[in-house]
Amino acid sequence: MKNTNQVIDNFFADISNSIRKNRIIFSVALLTVVAFIPALGLPSYILRIGVMIMIYAILALGLNIPTGYTGQVSIGHAGFFSIGAYTSAILVTQAGWSMLPAMVAAAAIAGIFGFLLGLPTLRVSGTYLSICTLGFAEIVRMAVLNWDTLTNGPMGIKNIPYPTVFGVEMTLRNYGAYYMILVMLVMTSVFVHLIINSKIGRAFRSIKEDELASMMMGVFTMKYKILSFVLSAIISGMAGAFYAHFMRYIDPNSFTFDTSILILSIVILGGMGTMRGMFLGAIILVSFPEALRFLEQYRFVFYGLVLVIMMRYRPQGLLGWRSKSPYEFPKGVDPDKIARGFNNSSSQNKMI
Amino acid sequence: MSLLEITSIVKKFGGLTALNNVSLHIEEGEIVSLIGPNGAGKTTLFNILTGINEIMHGEIIFEGKAIQNKPPQDIVKLGISRTFQNIRLFQNMRVVENVLIGTHINTEYNFFDALFRTKKHRQQEILKAETAIRLLKAIGLEHRMHDYASDLSYGEQRKVEIARALATGCKLILLDEPAAGMNQQESANLLMFIRELRDNGYTVFLIEHDMNVIMNISDRIYVLDYGVMIAEGKPEEIANNPEVIKAYLGGVIEDAVS
Ligand SMILES: Nc1ncnc2c1ncn2[C@@H]1O[C@H](COP(=O)(O)OP(=O)(O)OP(=O)(O)O)[C@@H](O)[C@H]1O
Ligand SMILES: [Mg+2]
Repeated sequence: MKNTNQVIDNFFADISNSIRKNRIIFSVALLTVVAFIPALGLPSYILRIGVMIMIYAILALGLNIPTGYTGQVSIGHAGFFSIGAYTSAILVTQAGWSMLPAMVAAAAIAGIFGFLLGLPTLRVSGTYLSICTLGFAEIVRMAVLNWDTLTNGPMGIKNIPYPTVFGVEMTLRNYGAYYMILVMLVMTSVFVHLIINSKIGRAFRSIKEDELASMMMGVFTMKYKILSFVLSAIISGMAGAFYAHFMRYIDPNSFTFDTSILILSIVILGGMGTMRGMFLGAIILVSFPEALRFLEQYRFVFYGLVLVIMMRYRPQGLLGWRSKSPYEFPKGVDPDKIARGFNNSSSQNKMI
Repeated sequence: MSLLEITSIVKKFGGLTALNNVSLHIEEGEIVSLIGPNGAGKTTLFNILTGINEIMHGEIIFEGKAIQNKPPQDIVKLGISRTFQNIRLFQNMRVVENVLIGTHINTEYNFFDALFRTKKHRQQEILKAETAIRLLKAIGLEHRMHDYASDLSYGEQRKVEIARALATGCKLILLDEPAAGMNQQESANLLMFIRELRDNGYTVFLIEHDMNVIMNISDRIYVLDYGVMIAEGKPEEIANNPEVIKAYLGGVIEDAVS
């Protein structure tokens, strides 16, 4: 299996190498294709799956920050998803807000809860932290279930208005919903890319690799662990807001343990700590149960199986290979020139 | 005033007294070694100096400031950095990224600079990348900068740890058995490099078992034996100190010195 993995890695690493070189062209091409999908005149249930894939890709990109990069495994991300969905739904249906500000508020409130959930990372880690996240999601669910006046309890919130942008309804029929979530996905991807490829992302990854060593290099690991939860929660909350308006109906059962596990499965299947993996993972895990409808009630078993098999044979995830291309230095840095520029004499000594 | 002044520190792990009334001082620009048998408490002393372990008694003054029981991040910021006896690199990160983590505390931009790719962000990233490459060049690893840390040999990994520690901009560097796992050639190069460090104004405090390294490089040596500092002096003095020889070294030292 190890060899198989290597063959896969080499194959894809070469491809990804060439993609990397033409990253912009590749992204634009891919986006164009995705943007033209609605023009194919597909039945709306297919488009709906496309929207769901994109929602879950956003959720996975969010969870990937603490779990994939920072190494803090959360099995309670349905909690943030739920908070975002309920916040936006309540603000729009009960307080008469329009959707975009409600979505911002949803992200902000989820972010506050992300901060609160990040606090236990000060004291617990590993399995214990995961249990905390599980508990958090369960508390959110119970609160939603029992806070009737606000959430309408087990009845859920019905007739949530469609997403609207500047007064235009974004539905499946006019493809608005599809393009809106696509824009949100692109924005999230760019956001994550910018943060991960900075000293912040390096700090995240160093914590996953060796928290003590990271601390010894002066990284305020607590701060960064909390930040990873906050960013993740903001992204999940935003996805939740869209979800509520897109589905037009939410109840406590929309955000259960299964949801958390699905998001985590996407991250693990795709490849923790990669962005490409989140897209593939979402495509596979969201569309599979739809394609194999008879599996529907065994979805949970299916995800469990996927996780076990992945952990056994390809723990790095489907697309979780190490890049074989050289490290990308910022523009304006010529590593070879700098490395050549100093020989073994006094001029070099100054550089230490 | 000494750069580092440790006064009667005591460290207990439950019933075990790992350090008992240990005092020492390090002057700026010195290479000071700490030797002693396994379990003597050498690494524990480093852990205390860098804020991993707390002490119940005693005082540590670095550049006139008390630093005992401060959080590790504050201590690095003040200018003490270290390497680890069991290598603790970020194995799934590139060599240059490992060194960049060392520059983290001096990389001066915030979240929004990163998000909006401000000029400050660009300048800082360029500057730190250059620093990292130069450090790797200085330690002879520039050809490995793109590799993942785990793909390097043991000896190379130790060097990356040193580069990473230096990247913090420290004044005092603590090296915990830097020559362990290195071959003759590598450890000879390391000796040269440590001297270069000293010549460039760094102060070096190292733990080492390799007597060749110790006797060759140290300005002064401290000897720790089961938590007690039993000797201090120049290499020749240590080599001829009967108590040291009795406690630990046997005939090894004379061979190394001659
Ligand atoms: N965190 C800890 N908890 C309990 N005991 C510890 C801890 N750290 C160190 N010790 C004990 O303290 C003593 C000193 O350990 P230390 O690692 O400092 O020795 P050392 O001189 O570095 O030895 P070596 O040459 O083997 O590296 C040992 O008996 C060790 O078991
Ligand atoms: Mg030790």
